[in-house]
Amino acid sequence: MVRRALQILQEKLELLNMSKQRKVVFFLVFLVALSALAGFFDYPSESKISAWRPWQLGLDLAGGSFLIYEIDLEGVPSVDQESVIKGLRDVVERRVNLFGVREPKVYTERSGDTNRLVVELAGVSDVNEAINQIGETPFLEFREVKQEGENVAFIPTELTGRYIKGAQLGFDQITREAQVFLEFNGEGADIFEEVTGRNIGQPLCAFLDGEIRSVEEDCPIVQAKISGGRAQITGRFTIDEARSIVERFNAGALPAPIKLVNQQTIGADFGREALTSSVFAGAIGTLAIIFFMLIYYRRFGFFAGAALLMYIALTLAVFKIIPITLTLAGIAGFLLSIGMAVDANILVFERTKEELKKGLLRASAVEEGFRRAWPSIRDSNITTMISSIVLYYFTSSFVQGFALALFIGVVVSMFSAITITRTLLRVFMR
Amino acid sequence: MINVIGNRKIYLFVSGFVVLVAIICIVTLGLRPGIDLSGGTSWQVAFSEGVSVADVREAFQENTGISPQVKIAGDGSFVIRLPETSEAIHQDYIGFLNEKFGEFHELNFSSIGPTIGAELRNKAVWAIILVLISISLFIATAFRKVSEPIKSWKYGFIALVTLFHDVMIPTGLLAILGRFQGIEIDTNFIVALLVVMGFSVHDTIVVFDRIRENFILHKGKRFSLKEVINESVESTLARSVNTSLTLVFILLGLIFFGPPSIFYFILTILVGTLVGTYSSIFVASPLLYVLRGSRAGD
Repeated sequence: MVRRALQILQEKLELLNMSKQRKVVFFLVFLVALSALAGFFDYPSESKISAWRPWQLGLDLAGGSFLIYEIDLEGVPSVDQESVIKGLRDVVERRVNLFGVREPKVYTERSGDTNRLVVELAGVSDVNEAINQIGETPFLEFREVKQEGENVAFIPTELTGRYIKGAQLGFDQITREAQVFLEFNGEGADIFEEVTGRNIGQPLCAFLDGEIRSVEEDCPIVQAKISGGRAQITGRFTIDEARSIVERFNAGALPAPIKLVNQQTIGADFGREALTSSVFAGAIGTLAIIFFMLIYYRRFGFFAGAALLMYIALTLAVFKIIPITLTLAGIAGFLLSIGMAVDANILVFERTKEELKKGLLRASAVEEGFRRAWPSIRDSNITTMISSIVLYYFTSSFVQGFALALFIGVVVSMFSAITITRTLLRVFMR
Repeated sequence: MINVIGNRKIYLFVSGFVVLVAIICIVTLGLRPGIDLSGGTSWQVAFSEGVSVADVREAFQENTGISPQVKIAGDGSFVIRLPETSEAIHQDYIGFLNEKFGEFHELNFSSIGPTIGAELRNKAVWAIILVLISISLFIATAFRKVSEPIKSWKYGFIALVTLFHDVMIPTGLLAILGRFQGIEIDTNFIVALLVVMGFSVHDTIVVFDRIRENFILHKGKRFSLKEVINESVESTLARSVNTSLTLVFILLGLIFFGPPSIFYFILTILVGTLVGTYSSIFVASPLLYVLRGSRAGD
């Protein structure tokens, strides 16, 4: 009776084991298929899978220019600052688009009290021209004239180029001199009305980039209060100058002055070489790791190598899906994570060896190795994660690429080294 | 069988000596700040053959009166270091170089204003401080449970000492390279140091983890501290060396085949990793023994 019961129990256990084993095999097939799919997706080709989300290459790999402007917000009331910055970004973006760069990126950054505008132009051949297009736009403002004893003071009014809706080229009917007709938007029209209203009989000066040539030329006397928001600037320009100003104002006047503080231009060949050589270096390093693991850990090493290749395919797929713009620093961070991804395997294998020495059976020694190595794996990965989080929040965009790649790499490696290697060992180490 | 505790005086002396030399180099030779930390211009150009460093300097001397530092990069191009340069002046430079040497190829031009430099420097200092604080907190939590026979704060303190050791040696190397090769300390270098800090602690934790585990195993029994530490180092030796080795493979790949622009970044991490592996085996555990306190016995 008892014997019979034991037999049934044993059969049940075997069945349970088998279904468990089947689940593990199924899971492995799933992991391999997923990694293969990821591999196809990673490899840059014309195929539909790969083209679904193409790789985004940073300027240091694709070649191009990286410009940082400081935005001068002095004189802009703090409530308006946000809209001025946004307006500035839009205007610069429109201008860069006029220049015909593919996929330009224009964004603003805040750092302490300073606001910056960053322009990324991929594959531009003539940076000088681009810089001129972006930066040389006149900053227009109207100033009132106050007589203070002997001196003449020019007091800025709230009327600046940011209220301009459009501009037109025209000619004076008598002198045939070029003129710029400006049209203000609704708010600008009200301000213009008010400013002209309080300056009747007084000169009102049109400052371009903080300068006027002389009071006679640039400060017309306000004849009457002007409503409707139209103004004209006369007598200052050659026809070409007037035309270029009109073009710039129509692309949008800069709502605040900007100054170029940082410029980096990378030649396209330079970037391409950096990309190919780092991919090659990574491949050599990976092969060296796999050889080493095979020689030192034999069969275990084979599984670690397989897990490492799957890790590479999966991590690159994560980068591509998010998508993370690939920079040289990002590639370096990812390659370092490859060097660390096998660490967890080494910790597990060394533990497993010790357990085997103690006389445990292979399957249980492997399970015990995973269990006992886990705290060290977790702790050491946490220190790397701490470093990359700090790097991400406390540094420039160059370093952020590195930190992000390292962080994602470490997270995926914890998954691959534990889950993938364990599944491989469970299936093949019976 | 290695006897780290028995030979502790030799190992600690070697480390102490190298760190001392590194500190002397840093203090006497100084570190050259890169353009991203101090502001300035770095311009990489490739001329057709037959142009020398002296020719380039001379051209600048003649046309601008400044005599810039010029060095040859790994691929034979020139890296010219100038004060911060506006676009108009950059165009002037292109003009006279073209006139003198014919058409040339512009690989990389970066000009950084002093405010951005100061800001990056500031951020870098903060990043280092924060990494140090968070790593210390982490070690303190990880080791809070063991206090017998060695107090838990000592593990944390020693982890920080080895971290200092691992950071000082590559920095000293960069001071020497800065003096003789004109290599500059830039953001990349600081990133490399932070990475080394992470690895250094990670290696030390593996050994300390094992020591802690063995102390718990021997709880209540009489045991020789010396032997337990030796045994722990011995049993973690393979994994300490192997985990570093895999990283070293990747780093060597990058040193030999990777892009020249990150050569010194990778070199710093490589030296830091090697030194960090040494310190986790030959510095951390001997120091733990030296600082064991009178109640811990031998």
